[in-house]
This record gives sequence, structure tokens and C-alpha cells, in this order.
Amino acid sequence: MPRWLAHMIVVVLFAALIALAFARVDYAWNWAGVWGYRQKLLQGFGVTIALSLASLIASTLVGMLTALLLGSKHVLLEAIGRVYVELIRGTPLLVQLLIGFYVVASAIGLENRYVVGVLVLSLFSGAYMSEIFRGGLAAIPQTQRDSARAIGLTPWQSFRLVIVPQAVRLVLPAVAGQFVSLIKDSSLLSVIAVSEFTLAAQEVNSFTYSTLETYLPLAAGYLLLTLPLSAVSRMLERRYRYEA
Amino acid sequence: MNLEISNLVQRFGETTVLDGLELRTGDVRSLVLVGPSGGGKSTLLRILAGLDVPVAGSVVFDGEPLSRDESSLRAYRRTVGTVFQAYNLFPHLTAMDNLLLPLVHVHGLSEPEARARVREPLERFGLANHAHKRPAELSGGQKQRIAILRAFVVQPKRMFLDEPTSALDPEMTAEVLEMIGELQGLGTQFVLVTHEMGFARRAADLVAFVGDGRMLATGTPGEIIDRCDVPRVRSFFARILP
Repeated sequence: MPRWLAHMIVVVLFAALIALAFARVDYAWNWAGVWGYRQKLLQGFGVTIALSLASLIASTLVGMLTALLLGSKHVLLEAIGRVYVELIRGTPLLVQLLIGFYVVASAIGLENRYVVGVLVLSLFSGAYMSEIFRGGLAAIPQTQRDSARAIGLTPWQSFRLVIVPQAVRLVLPAVAGQFVSLIKDSSLLSVIAVSEFTLAAQEVNSFTYSTLETYLPLAAGYLLLTLPLSAVSRMLERRYRYEA
Repeated sequence: MNLEISNLVQRFGETTVLDGLELRTGDVRSLVLVGPSGGGKSTLLRILAGLDVPVAGSVVFDGEPLSRDESSLRAYRRTVGTVFQAYNLFPHLTAMDNLLLPLVHVHGLSEPEARARVREPLERFGLANHAHKRPAELSGGQKQRIAILRAFVVQPKRMFLDEPTSALDPEMTAEVLEMIGELQGLGTQFVLVTHEMGFARRAADLVAFVGDGRMLATGTPGEIIDRCDVPRVRSFFARILP
């Protein structure tokens, strides 16, 4: 059986199961109420896409820089990286957003909640990303660095031409997973009143009292963003595939 | 090449691997290092190849002392070729790209120049049909031959080969040794660590026996392998030779 067919069958079965559950609770659907607010939902969706894109790029940069800190021979630099990563990974994003916006951003006079949202989200996701990158770099065997030195590459050439291209392949699946998490985590920006997709859905729900009719499209919207990401990741994995 | 090593000492932590090693080769074209595992051969070769810096002592090739500072050592490494036991090639690059990488990024050739440089050697050593493959698609012998070629095409002053066949089966060992012999015929000078005594007999101008971190004996292949009166050396060959 081809893979796509297997996927289709599982999706259909799963959908049937959900449909059955909905049929049993005997829910009175009211799609018309929510349809009236489609513009608002679409706007929120657009904001989520923009926030996610900005955060994907920024968190990748943060992750790379922090991975360099974590791998640094300088104890102070390594300590900065380590404390940052553990602090961020050990506390809820919700708390980071609230403190980031109401305390830190206020203190330095940064008022744009979208900018603050992207910054906090990027610092949050970047901490996870850095561990992925650090692990990927550490997984390249010493023999590769030796070979690179033996042919006369400089440390930077060795990093750029030998280490990174191999590490990219190793970290790709984990980075894609982190990107998916990031997109979903952006829904928490609603707590600092960023009008993204989830906040839009919450507002529509409070106008229409049609909870499922607003949250089901919400879920579908996130899937619309995350599924292609997974597909692209698998495609890249295939392209970079080679046995070591 | 004329190699002079004085009082060479190398330690890793508490372990002393080279313990005041001395060697004067005179003018030779090929030096083969033999001896028991853990005796210091590979450690010595890594120092000669400019990959590691000894704790003490000096190495002088043709009157030029090896530097201790990394950037001069890098410049030195660019003038020689080094091949390890295994895992020489970069697995994300094809055999061809492995060959081109040092030519383009270290020796400043344009890509067409680099391709022109490797074309004839690839043909000569029967590797042209494998140039498009990644290392994972090559046999162990092919991988080593590409690695040797990568070191050779930069036109090194001499090559350092650290047990290049010890991870290979006998057939592949033969094909790799044959290639080294052919490079020797083309005038390449080399320092080779090996357990292949048959090859050492044929190819070595000078055989040096390294054991317990010291140079226990040096001489022609016959002098060292067949007629050495140093007990440690004699017992080594008594055990490994049929």
C-alpha cells in the first residue's frame, strides 16, 4: 500500500471517530454566527503568520548564537549561555511573556506589544534551538575536524565547509519540530493582548457563544501552517540524506 | 627528505607516549614506522604531520624546524599530505568534491583548474567512475584511495600515512598499497605507519622501529625486520611474521 493511501485511510478513520463523538453530544451548530466574524479570524491568522515568521528567523539566530556560547571554552560565556537556557526552559512561557511585557519592556520603554511578543517568543524558542544546534555540532566526530585540519583548512573554514553542513542534516528534524511548537506557542501572545489568531478566536467566541465553531477553525488554521512545515522538513531530510 | 628528531616527548594527561625519541634519517625518500600498538607510532606521525605539538623536543625536516604555533603549523600542513586509518573523507561531499575542497579552499585554484588537476590522477588510479559517489557508496579501499588522492593532488612535499590499510580486508589492502607504490614511483616521498611488513620491505628506504615511546632501532628493511639484534624488536617480528 502506498504511503499516501495509508495516510488518507488513517485520516478518514480519525475524522469518522471525531464525527461520531460530535454526533453523540448532540451539539447545536451555529456556523452562521461565526461566519459573520470571518474577517476578524482571517486578520488574526495573518498576524499569527507574520509573528511566527519573524520569530522563526529570530529564534534561529538566537539559537545559533547561544549554541556558540554553550560551546565556548571561555567559562563566563559558557555560563551566560547555560544560565539563559536553563532559566528559559525551566519557566512557563506565560510567565516570561507577562514579565517581559509588563516589567522588562516597560522598564526600557518598549511599548510595541508585537515587538515584545516576537522578542520573548524568540528568546523562548531560541533556548530550545540552541540545545538542538549544540547537540548537532557536538555529534560531528573528531575525525572530521582532524581531516579538516590535515588538509589545511582554517577553523572557520572547517566549521563552515565541514562541520555545519553535516550538523544541518542531524538537526533538521528537531528544528522542524521546534518550529511547529513555536507556531503553536505564539497563541500565548494573546495574554499580552497581541491580536493574533487565538485572541481573535477568543473574541469571536465571546461575541457568538459558539465555542466549537470558533475553535475548530482555529485548530485547522494552525494545522494549515504546521503540516506544510513538516512536509518541507521531510523533503529536506531526504535531500540531505547520506550515510555517514 | 632529511628528518632529524631530538628528544621528542609527548604526554596525554599522565600518560607519556613519546619519551625522548631520537631519529636521524639521513637522506631518504620513504620512511616506514613499525612497532607495537600503543608504542607511539601514530603519535609521532601526528607530530610530524603538524597536527599535534609535542611537549618537548624538536623536529627538523630538510633543515627546517617544525613550528609550535598553530598558524605556522597550518601553513606547514598545507605543504604536506596526511591520510589517517579511516574516516578521512567528508561524508556530505562526493568523492570529487572531497578532492576539490582543499584545491579550491586551501590552495586557491578555481574550480575548473581544480577539476583539470584531478582528472588525470582519477583516471590513472581507476577512480574516475566513482568520482560522483558519496563516501557511503564507496568500498573501504576506494575511500582510502580517494583520501590518498586528495592528499596527493595538492602536490605535497611529502605524505604522511597512518596505517592507511589497517581497517581494510586483504584485497582492498593490496589495492591501496599498490597505489602508494605507484605514487612512490612518481617521486612522492612519504612517512608511513604500517603493519604490512611485505610492503615495508619493498617500499622503505629506512625502517624505524618505535616502541615504548622511543626509537628502538633504525635501518634498512632487512636490518630491522630480519636481522635486528635488539631483543624487543626481534621478539616483535618473531611473533608477527609467519
